[in-house]
Amino acid sequence: MGRFVARRLLQMIPVFLGTVTLIFLMVRALPGDAVSAMWGDKAPDPAQLAAFKHRLGLDKTLVEQYFDYMRKLFMGDFGETMSGRKVLDVITEAMPVTIRLALMAFAIEILLGVTIGLFSGLRRGKAFDKGTLVLTLLLISIPVPVLGFVFQTVFATNLGWVTPTVQDSMNLGQLLLPAFVLGSLSLAYVARLTRTSIVENVRSDYMRTAVAKGLPKRRVIGTHLLRNSLIPVVTFLGTDLGALMGGAIVTEGIFNVKGVGNALYHAINLKEGGTVSGFVVVLVLVYLAASLIVDLLYAVLDPRIRYA
Amino acid sequence: MRGASQAKWVVAAVAVALAATACGSGSSSGGSSDSAVNAQGVFSYQSAEPQNPLQPANAMENQGGRIVKQLFMGLVDYDPTSGALRNQVADKIETTDAKNYTVTLKSGWTFHDGTPVTAKSFVDSWNWSANTKNNQINSDWFSDIAGYDAVHPEKGDPTADAMSGLKVVDDTHFTIELTGPVSYFQYKLGYSAFFPLPTGFFADPAGYGQKPVGNGPYKFVSWEHNKAITLAAYDKYAGTDKPKNGGIVFKNYSSGEAAYKDLTSDTLDVLDQVDPTDLASYKTDLGNRAVDQAQGAIQNISFALYQGDWAGVDKAKVRQGLSMAIDRDTITKTVLNGSRQPADSWVAPGVMGYKAGACGDACKFDPAKAKELIQAGGGVPNNKITIIYNSDGGHKEWVDAVCNSIRQSTGVECLGDPKPDFKTSRDIIRKKAVPSMMRTGWVQDYPLNANFLRDVYGTGASANDAGYSSPEFDKLAQAADQATSVEKTADLYQQAEAVLAKDMPAIPLWYYKTNSGWSNNVQNVKFDSFGNPVFTGVEVKQK
Repeated sequence: MGRFVARRLLQMIPVFLGTVTLIFLMVRALPGDAVSAMWGDKAPDPAQLAAFKHRLGLDKTLVEQYFDYMRKLFMGDFGETMSGRKVLDVITEAMPVTIRLALMAFAIEILLGVTIGLFSGLRRGKAFDKGTLVLTLLLISIPVPVLGFVFQTVFATNLGWVTPTVQDSMNLGQLLLPAFVLGSLSLAYVARLTRTSIVENVRSDYMRTAVAKGLPKRRVIGTHLLRNSLIPVVTFLGTDLGALMGGAIVTEGIFNVKGVGNALYHAINLKEGGTVSGFVVVLVLVYLAASLIVDLLYAVLDPRIRYA
Repeated sequence: MRGASQAKWVVAAVAVALAATACGSGSSSGGSSDSAVNAQGVFSYQSAEPQNPLQPANAMENQGGRIVKQLFMGLVDYDPTSGALRNQVADKIETTDAKNYTVTLKSGWTFHDGTPVTAKSFVDSWNWSANTKNNQINSDWFSDIAGYDAVHPEKGDPTADAMSGLKVVDDTHFTIELTGPVSYFQYKLGYSAFFPLPTGFFADPAGYGQKPVGNGPYKFVSWEHNKAITLAAYDKYAGTDKPKNGGIVFKNYSSGEAAYKDLTSDTLDVLDQVDPTDLASYKTDLGNRAVDQAQGAIQNISFALYQGDWAGVDKAKVRQGLSMAIDRDTITKTVLNGSRQPADSWVAPGVMGYKAGACGDACKFDPAKAKELIQAGGGVPNNKITIIYNSDGGHKEWVDAVCNSIRQSTGVECLGDPKPDFKTSRDIIRKKAVPSMMRTGWVQDYPLNANFLRDVYGTGASANDAGYSSPEFDKLAQAADQATSVEKTADLYQQAEAVLAKDMPAIPLWYYKTNSGWSNNVQNVKFDSFGNPVFTGVEVKQK
């Protein structure tokens, strides 16, 4: 187990370097000059333009910029935005908001998704199962923006329960609605994955044995059935956490949540290469950590899966 | 609840009807129901994160610009209703030759930290802002002043810290010497780059950029990045329009739709601009709280005159013909949902020197005449034009409509040529690599026609994207700049505008409008020609 973790951590290094390099090049390859665009429709003043570029280090060659960026990154310096703020400050402001939002969405999709999946799997072909199929199909087929606007209209404009947008991005109660919208698509997937897995396993030999031994129903389902059925679900959930964190752009936009999606969108619009790569670096780390945890969870769920 | 709000709708509808029949000016304040006002009340405004630190000469874009304008006050500003110049910190600004100016300040003005506003506050501020080293985006606004070259050389480091043209006489007097006569220099002085700065600023410009200390109607309270900027009324404000409210929260919105939803539920008080999706319905949604008025901004399509095949003398006829082939009325009404006003000149209305109909017949839709003119001018090169635009700004719909209009009326092949974003399209335009036509626009810096003409169509001017160069226009513009009064300047620029009608370097399409609204919590919300609300006039209703 220890060796496995060490190997996985070592594997992360090239993945990390590769993604950071790629994103650095991709952002720089975007057309358009961000600095001269600050002048809008007017022609930039050449002397001032040169001074700006010098301050941001954009007068250097791409290779020099790359090594500067990498060197600073390893010392924990994410650089500066065009307005002179520390990119790290921008990240540390936005991250806690999105982490909350993503974890809430994550919790909603695990609790609701697994429960719904479990019950419809156990009641295969019954009304509840059919209802679940229809409901999940609906959630999968409705695009997130539509769902967001519908929720906004129903709960804020018509019912008046909440304000249309989130007023305090750190308030858990206010984040509930956007978290549900954000998690809804994955919720449907989790429910379907769990259901299929349960349906498969419910007729397996060990289940028959467990029932034949006269184990209580709670134990049969909880320890034997659910534990074995959760492996594909956990795989999905692991990659989904990363997707939730990065994919909150649309949801955060609709509900005006001041998180990563919002900051990233703003930075891409201004073509602030440093800020965009900074966020991506952090998201890559989140993703790598999540997939490591998934791999470790396999062993917990099914001891037959051993790590050499 | 339901019944009450429905009753309100009826009242609103009646109020709209009354307002519509009483006056068609479109500037009705809608504050007909005068509720009790809470003078300490704070209201919120739809905003976004400023691109730069809040320093006066660093505010070119709107988000930071309008906040800086509330925190600071310059020598002069523009009356929000008439656009006329009025003195604020200046008691008088005198000149005999439009080149040497003597400024006398009023006493009694203070910065928010309590220090007095003196002649030195202005001179130091301008010298600092003009200096290349200090990275102020509006630094070239000082280029009229003698000695600008020393603090802002074309290349290399500055050789001086101060411009020779600025001299402090005493606390309330200073003189300005320009490199040449500029009759409307006073008009420029209302621009935010010319605001004064307190002495503390120069010790820590970056810190003051995050926590600005100004002399305007509002003082700075807090800046929660990407969330909100809060200002509070300054009780010792010495200007003409004291705040009628307790403060402003500039709330950050990433999408116009979200802001609009908040406005309709009274969570947000004043909207910046209605997003395109809600344009069609906002007047029915908001009733007498909806705003629809002209702005000092224009949308054009310009010709790449630097391309050889557009340069011929007769091609002016072709350009006029293309202008006549565009059905501005229909496009503004349908495609743009009435959010624009068809243009009949190169200068926006409400601006001093605006001359209605300056574009003449060329801005009237007449397909037959259009065809005739294009033929007389030898036809469009290759019988095909493309219009470069940025697809991130909601321009696709109207560019396509303009092209359809041209195609249907004249048979000239016309295509929109979208570029992914503003930066990309600007790069192409700046490099003068546009094949035939491009989308261009102009938003006023100050409400005088010189700003729409000199800065856009003068030879080599900073925003002359068409590459237009007319000795006749330049001569009139120069004469206008050297005129002895602003009235004369405006007059001479109208003559210069007549040259544009002849040469047609750009086709005026329409003027921008402020489409906005406010919540049930506030009243007396009026907008100026910059598209900004008169923040100091907003009244917050008693709860």
